[in-house]
Formats: sequence, C-alpha cells, structure tokens
Amino acid sequence: MNFKPMTAIAALLLSVPTFAAADADDDVLIVNGETELVTKAPAPAHLDGALDEVMSGWHFRADETQALEMDDFDNPGMLAVEAAAEVWNTVDGSEGKSCASCHDGVEQSMKGVRAVYPKWNDAAQQVRTMEAQINDCRENRMGAKAWKYDGGDITDMVALISLQSRGMPVNVAIDGPVQATWEQGKELYYARTGQLDLSCANCHEQNYGNMIRADHLSQGQTNGFPAYRLKNAKLNSVHARFKGCVRDTRAETYKPGSPEFVALELYVASRGNGLSVAAPSVRN
Amino acid sequence: MRLSTLTLAATLAAGAAFANPVAPADVVFTEDGAVEQSLSGMAGNPEEGAKIMGSKQLGNCVACHSISALADVPFQGNVGPMLDGVADRWTAAELRGILSNAKLTYDGTVMPAYYKVDGFTRPGNAYTGKAADGPLDPLLSAQQIEDVIAFLGTLKE
Ligand code: HEC
Ligand code: HEC
Repeated sequence: MNFKPMTAIAALLLSVPTFAAADADDDVLIVNGETELVTKAPAPAHLDGALDEVMSGWHFRADETQALEMDDFDNPGMLAVEAAAEVWNTVDGSEGKSCASCHDGVEQSMKGVRAVYPKWNDAAQQVRTMEAQINDCRENRMGAKAWKYDGGDITDMVALISLQSRGMPVNVAIDGPVQATWEQGKELYYARTGQLDLSCANCHEQNYGNMIRADHLSQGQTNGFPAYRLKNAKLNSVHARFKGCVRDTRAETYKPGSPEFVALELYVASRGNGLSVAAPSVRN
Repeated sequence: MRLSTLTLAATLAAGAAFANPVAPADVVFTEDGAVEQSLSGMAGNPEEGAKIMGSKQLGNCVACHSISALADVPFQGNVGPMLDGVADRWTAAELRGILSNAKLTYDGTVMPAYYKVDGFTRPGNAYTGKAADGPLDPLLSAQQIEDVIAFLGTLKE
C-alpha cells in the first residue's frame, strides 16, 4: 500500500527538473522569408481529453536543424523534390505516359492533395495513402511497375506532391467510409507492443517534450512527411518512420504499406488536423 | 586474514554452485509489487550495476532516468524520475520489484519489465523488427538485476 505516496513523490520529482529545459519552443516557422506555417494549433475535437494543442515535430528540433527547414536552398530534401519533378514529366511503362500526361502541371493539379490524404477511394472501396494512389496510377494507367512502397522513388514523388500543399491545414476525414479504418488506427496507436511494452501514445502523447536518451520526444505528427533525416541523408516516408518506432519497442513491426500501417497513418494524420502541411521537413 | 578471505571465497563459490536463479515466471511479488527473495541467490556487485544502467546494450536505464552518480554517461533522459537518493525511498525488495516488473508497483507505467518473458504483444527478436524466433530472454539476467539493485542501494542523499 505504500506505492501511492511514492508515485506522488515520483510525479513531483518528474515535474521539477523535466519541463523547463525540454518543452517545445516558441519559434515561428517562416519558409523562404514569406510563408508562415501553422506549427501549433488547437487539438482537433477527437483528441478531447488527450491533448489540448497539437504541435509539429519542428518545434522539438535544435535551432540548427530548424533553420534548414526555413529556406528551400538549405533544405536538403528539396534536391529529391527536384529529381521527382523530372520524373513527373518522364514517360514510363507500356502506355507511353508520364504523370504529366494525365495531371499536367504538378503545381496546379496536386495543390491541396496532400492535406486530405490518406483518404477513401470509392472505386477501390478502401483507404488509400498517397503511395498507394501513386502506385495505382503507375500500374493501371501507365502500365509501369509499382515502386517499392517506402523506396526512394516513391518517397521523393510524395514529397513533390506534398510540397504543393505546403502551408495548407492537414484536414483528413475521420468519419463516413473511413471510420472503421480510423478506429483500427486509433487502437493500434494505443496498443502496447514488443518486449518494452510501449505504445505510440506512451512516447508521443504522454512524454512529448521529454528526453529519451539523446532524443527530444515530439508528438509524432506526420504533417512534415516525407522528412529529410540528417541521420540517413534521405527523405523518409511515414511508414518507414512507424517501422523504426515499432522496432524500438522490441516488437515485430508491420510492413510498410500493410493495412495496419495504412490505418495507423490515417489516425496519426488526423491527430495533426489543423497543422500546416510542412513537407519536406528536416529532422535529425 | 588470509583464512577469512578464503572462507569468504569458498562461501561465494558454494553460493554460486547452489544458487539457482529464480525463473522469471516463478518470481513472487508482494501485494505492493516488491520481491523479497534475491533473483540470483548471490549478492549484487554495485560497480557492475552502474555499468549495466549506463550501457545502451544492457539496461539503458539512463534513456529515461538521470543519475548524478553516472555523470560521465552522456544524454540522460527524463521520462522517469531522477534516481538520486532512490535508496532512501525504496527498500531493496521494492527496487527488485520495480526492476522485475514495474507495472506491479506503478499501474500502467511506461517503465519496461526487466525480468519478464511472456504476455507481450508482437514480441520481436531484440531490435531487428522481426518476430522473436523462440522464447524471450529477460531484458536483464537475474544477476544483472541484483547488480543494479546493489548500485541503486548506494544512491542515498
Ligand atoms: C520508445 C519511444 C517511442 C515509441 C513507442 C514510438 N516512437 Fe515515434 N519517435 C520516437 C523518437 C525518439 C522519435 C524522434 C524524435 C521525435 O520526433 O519525437 C520519434 C519520431 C516519430 C515521428 C516523426 C515526427 C517528426 O515530426 O519528425 C513519427 C511520425 C512517429 N514517431 C510516430 C510514431 C508512431 C505512430 C508510433 C507507434 C507505432 C511511435 N512513433 C512510437 C520514439 C518513439
Ligand atoms: C522507458 C522509460 C524507462 C526506462 C527505460 C526505465 N525506467 Fe525506471 N521508471 C520510469 C518511470 C516513468 C518511473 C516512474 C513510475 C511512473 O510514474 O510510471 C520509473 C521509476 C523507477 C524507479 C523508482 C524511482 C523513484 O524515484 O522512486 C526506479 C528505482 C527505477 N525506475 C529504476 C530503473 C532502472 C534501474 C532501469 C533500468 C534497468 C529503469 N528504471 C529503466 C521509466 C523508465
């Protein structure tokens, strides 16, 4: 019976040294000196009781890393975007088509798309991530081979498309036909996995702002994805990030592109409803 | 002098020969989550314990806790409380319980159970992301846990 007072003491100790040094900062993200992004927003209604405010992972990074995202000339992710812009216009597959053959200029046709993905596809009767949609176009419209789900080609293309929505609020639907998938994603978010027995929420809802060894825990938002990581010097997809986080609980991960990760992506994206799309972001 | 050292060594050796570590499934917890009986049957070594707590490959306790006595270990986290003075707050039996399965002391805690091998969802093969290929080993051995408890026992204000 002595554990209750002890927990209270532990909580006290926790709150004193913890928050001062480690909270999210109050910096403002202005890209190229002109576009101010929403990096903190009131939490969407479905997070009632869980979070009051949602914050982009940008706030949890060191000033030097933050600066790289403030100017497209400094943002190493922009090189991959440029590469993808060429691929956009490059014919591939048996139908003799490029992305541009159907969609014309990416700036106009893809504006706003990222903000509402993952989303319901009526014809396929399923929730589609942007990767799934891109591969569907490749296979069924271009007669080209599907790209590896979390490979470089597709991640760069997702970044090019996402950039066209930069500054627009994330606004994925959570009800209607996607509701069952969203519920599944929510369940996965709170499920503790692996021998360390940790859930996404344990780190990103309960402990954002705290340090776990050298890592400053963010809310694990996806609004900045694909994210250029200095650690592996390339753009990283949402599912690659999820895989790394699940692996770190000493669990068997789900596969990139699996129904579980698609559901989880929808749910996590919805936790960021209201934040600006900020791709490609820069992280350590 | 010489005699007593030898006697001590002999006793320790005998202890080693006879002490069977308690298997993770056989650990007896009190109602409050403490574990009275030594897991290895042997005394812990505080220097080893300090190494285990600071090492990323072993306990990696500093991922979540900071400890002034381990000031040379960089990047100590603050997901859990600072452990300075922890021996004033908990007995060895209580510390053994927290290490073996902290959830029995703190309901729902994020602190992993270091001496537990079943009841997990999708247990993996260490940090490979692949499924475990057989029964799990506990995160720390019985003796490693006793070593950590011995080190924590030195953390008095
Ligand atoms: C053991 C702790 C831990 C768990 C559990 C965990 N993560 Fe993470 N996650 C991290 C760390 C550390 C980082 C890198 C720093 C940061 O952004 O928080 C990170 C980063 C992320 C990011 C990148 C955020 C950004 O802005 O760059 C996303 C997205 C994410 N996690 C999602 C998840 C999801 C979804 C789960 C559950 C399937 C999960 N995490 C479980 C520790 C964890
Ligand atoms: C993933 C995070 C995490 C890791 C790793 C971790 N702990 Fe903890 N630990 C906690 C938290 C959080 C608490 C406080 C209990 C609570 O409120 O849930 C705690 C509590 C404790 C306490 C009681 C603290 C007090 O001040 O009363 C001790 C002792 C302790 N841990 C020791 C260890 C040791 C030793 C290790 C490594 C072998 C370890 N912990 C690894 C998170 C962690």
